[in-house]
Amino acid sequence: MSTNTPEKQGLGPVSDLVDLGTGEISREIFVNEEIFRREMEHLFPRAWLFVGHASQVPNPGDYFSSQMGSDPVLLTRDDKGEIHVLLNSCRHRGMRVCRYDEGNTMQFTCPYHAWSYSIDGALVETPGDLHGVPQMKAAYDNKLRKKQWGLVHCPNIHVYKGLVFANWDPEAPSFEEYVGDFHWWLDNLADAFDGTEGATEVFRGVLKWRIKSNWKFVSENFLGDTYHGASTHASVEAVGIGPGGKGKRRHGERQDQGGFSKGRMKTSFRLGHGASDNLAYEVPYPEFAEPEMEEYFAAAWQKRAEKLRAEDRPLGGRGPATLFPNMSFAAGFPRSILVAHPISPTETEVWRWFIVDKDAPEFVREWLRHYYMRYGGPAGMTEQDDMENWDYATQASLGVVARRYPYNYQQGLGQELPSDLDRAVHSHHAIAGEVNARAFYRRWAEFTDNLSWPELEELAKTDDRATAVAPDALPEIGRREEDN
Amino acid sequence: MAIDEKLIEKVLLEREVADFLYREADLLDERRYDEWLDLLADDYHYSVPLRLNVRYDDVAERENTRACEVQWFDEDKSTVELRVAQLATGVHWAEEPVSRVSHLVTNVRLDRVELPEVEVSCRFLVYRNRVADETDFLVGRRRDTLRRTEDGWRVVKRHLLLDQSVLMAKNLSIFV
Repeated sequence: MSTNTPEKQGLGPVSDLVDLGTGEISREIFVNEEIFRREMEHLFPRAWLFVGHASQVPNPGDYFSSQMGSDPVLLTRDDKGEIHVLLNSCRHRGMRVCRYDEGNTMQFTCPYHAWSYSIDGALVETPGDLHGVPQMKAAYDNKLRKKQWGLVHCPNIHVYKGLVFANWDPEAPSFEEYVGDFHWWLDNLADAFDGTEGATEVFRGVLKWRIKSNWKFVSENFLGDTYHGASTHASVEAVGIGPGGKGKRRHGERQDQGGFSKGRMKTSFRLGHGASDNLAYEVPYPEFAEPEMEEYFAAAWQKRAEKLRAEDRPLGGRGPATLFPNMSFAAGFPRSILVAHPISPTETEVWRWFIVDKDAPEFVREWLRHYYMRYGGPAGMTEQDDMENWDYATQASLGVVARRYPYNYQQGLGQELPSDLDRAVHSHHAIAGEVNARAFYRRWAEFTDNLSWPELEELAKTDDRATAVAPDALPEIGRREEDN
Repeated sequence: MAIDEKLIEKVLLEREVADFLYREADLLDERRYDEWLDLLADDYHYSVPLRLNVRYDDVAERENTRACEVQWFDEDKSTVELRVAQLATGVHWAEEPVSRVSHLVTNVRLDRVELPEVEVSCRFLVYRNRVADETDFLVGRRRDTLRRTEDGWRVVKRHLLLDQSVLMAKNLSIFV
């Protein structure tokens, strides 16, 4: 691979740069302009992307400005309460019709020439359609076919327990097909701590910040890179900011439950998604110093355990995890969603939302909000150190010589463990194991090389990794062992 | 012309407060964090809301996130102490190697005097440079509540309005 650089040979399919047999991935995919262009062209407009949370637009007319790959969009709610995703660009001369982050309006009027678009179904057939055109008679002799010139309407929207996803491609598979069995992680994210379905909302305020990193470092980090914690987060571990306070584990996990490592095999999906744990990894909510917190979470855990066991569902699967390609999240502590918006091969805008139970009492809400802020985002004591790594990994991979040498993704190569989940495997080890990243980049290459939907579907019909491993390896998964 | 005692008193107080703020900035920029922590009152509270792009008629309601919403910072002294401890670990990679920081504090004005407390508004420009070409400018308004004690002034409350919506710096690992 070291001589097969795009500069020398012209850029072929990106799958040539992802060698799953040897576990080597070319640095080009993290820095190359042409590869970035292909991602924008072939991956992002065909993937299901997280756009925002329904609780950000609770009322008719509410909107939230978001981004899908290279394109700005508006997440809106119409007069009937339906959610829409509209391209935020005027059809006349392309002006961004809305430059606000959020607000409420039934009409977006372009400042340039005042074409106005309505999201009121009483005025237009489809919310987002062109409604007002200045000098309609003089300019267009009343012949402009307004129905054809509405804001571009994203054809596929799926609201999953309040999480709003969108996909530009009318041919794309349904959200359920795209997500597969990975939905259990989304359920844990969107359901309340006591298991009540979809009973969550986001705190107002999305952290947004720029980093000089390739967007895939971010996705990969949450996809199942539990290997980085000990080094990257050594300082925050030493200081101790978790629920249990100083001297406790980062997430305050109960010491008698195996803690943050044993049994925590990762889960990797053929569809590209990955999680840093598995459904059988049942670790109760953390220990809290405050009685109000202890009470709320003990009751929530018990209620959830009863509910899920009655449904024959295991209690694990709270992440961190990444929904292919760029939505990362965790359903634990903190409970949060991150989207890595690509700007260029070496620039990314990161957005972070924080999630809370709708019915959480004020004390719990406030405690969590403070914890989230000291943990995540650019001011967060944990996340600060991640950005340092992603930025300088990107920068130090730009060199001509550096680009000749691939990254190493060999942890647990060929040692995947089978899974009960559809088209999924588990890592051989709780901390080590890069099976998730290998699957992510395989799927990434398939999309970025613009394989057709039938081809993409065919390739992911079975998980060749799952059939390659012996089923008797299964008992290791999720088993709680004594902590070392 | 009669001497305006009240005015002189105010000017002297303003000068005293400004001196305190400049000295505090020096402690931060010289990385004398333990001495800096001593200047924060035990009931210190620090908040930096997010700034949103909103319509002119939404500004009052929506421009800055509120105390019950997500902010860049919303914390008391105990969290600030944890941040100082994190810097001292030597493995806080966001600040290894350490940043070069200059806090410029200007437009200092006494907004309220109810001794022993005063409310001071100012502008800040925090310049950070680290490694080779990493350079950030954090600029905005600040409102401090200071308390005069036997041991000198203490910062009780600090509320910052950072003039950025999307943070252009990759992190906020320095004390702004």
